[in-house]
Amino acid sequence: MFGGLCTPSDLRAIADVADKYNVPEMKVTGGQRIDMFGIQKGDLPAMWKDLSEAGFVSGHTYGKAMRTCKTCVGDTWCRMGTQDSTGLGIKLEELTWGSWMPHKYKLAVSGCPRNCAEATIKDFGVVCVESGYELHVGGNGGIKVRVTDFLTKVETEEEVLEYCGAFSQLYREDAHYLERTAPWVERVGLKKIKKAIIDDEENRKALHARFLISQKPAQIDPWKAHAEGKNANEFIPITIE
Amino acid sequence: MSDWIEITQLDEIPVLGSRVVKTADENIAIFRTSDDRIFAVKDACPHKQGPLSQGIVHGTAITCPLHNWKIDLASGEALGADEGCTNVYDTKVENNMVYLRIPVD
Ligand code: SF4
Ligand code: FES
Repeated sequence: MFGGLCTPSDLRAIADVADKYNVPEMKVTGGQRIDMFGIQKGDLPAMWKDLSEAGFVSGHTYGKAMRTCKTCVGDTWCRMGTQDSTGLGIKLEELTWGSWMPHKYKLAVSGCPRNCAEATIKDFGVVCVESGYELHVGGNGGIKVRVTDFLTKVETEEEVLEYCGAFSQLYREDAHYLERTAPWVERVGLKKIKKAIIDDEENRKALHARFLISQKPAQIDPWKAHAEGKNANEFIPITIE
Repeated sequence: MSDWIEITQLDEIPVLGSRVVKTADENIAIFRTSDDRIFAVKDACPHKQGPLSQGIVHGTAITCPLHNWKIDLASGEALGADEGCTNVYDTKVENNMVYLRIPVD
């Protein structure tokens, strides 16, 4: 459900799965997805089979990985909107889903500086303005709240995607395991990040290219692979006596 | 008294993974290490009864998925600073078949 966008048939497919497997509790998440709680582990492969047939991929809520991109409705539906923030959020998720990171990694795109998608407390946040896109990095809404640092402003969606790929790759190559972008940016300094991404165009393109290469084998839904794999019955208990 | 019970083919337990065996009174977690050794412990962490079968196997230990206690699979004892233990059961593999021995009274 990239960018939180969904259709009636998406919601129906989710509801059908919830009915079929007696999901005890469902919840709308802050990252604009739908949680299903209290599932028996033995049901997971079959549930994921149904969900992936309906076109969904796993949200990686359990991983040190890219999570979701929160978006507002942008200029499609909001009179304040300056750009298509939902559409850009979807493109960012198509680029980054499934990528493993040193820690969890969250994105957001707000359609104007009123910032309804809270882009300035995300690892990589975009705030749309009339003349383009402001890119913000190193935010965190967790135990220690940290507002993002302003990285730069770009003019096109293509540039947003390239800077996002490059920033994500730099973070993955440079940060320690379990270090979120907020402490990483504070440890290495924004200057170093700007130097690697803003000042050095060639390096930015190389970082983004490496990100794209690594995404080729990474964009596999782990649950889908599991449901089709030879250990599909792994979570089904063996009963004796 | 106790008897060897046939459980499943070795291949049915993923490497560095586990299966749960349900008996009349408890769940037993069976683990397979990277060198194909099999261990069985009660599927309940000594800390707060976390499902050890859903943890991460490393060497001959399991890390509990709930709060990261590490349990030695051979002894069932918590490793490091933590204290506690869970029951262990004898296992053997013969002709690719995994057997478990559960004490009965
Ligand atoms: S951030 Fe701006 S464009 Fe988006 S919903 Fe809020 S006011 Fe509208
Ligand atoms: S229940 Fe296993 S570590 Fe807490």
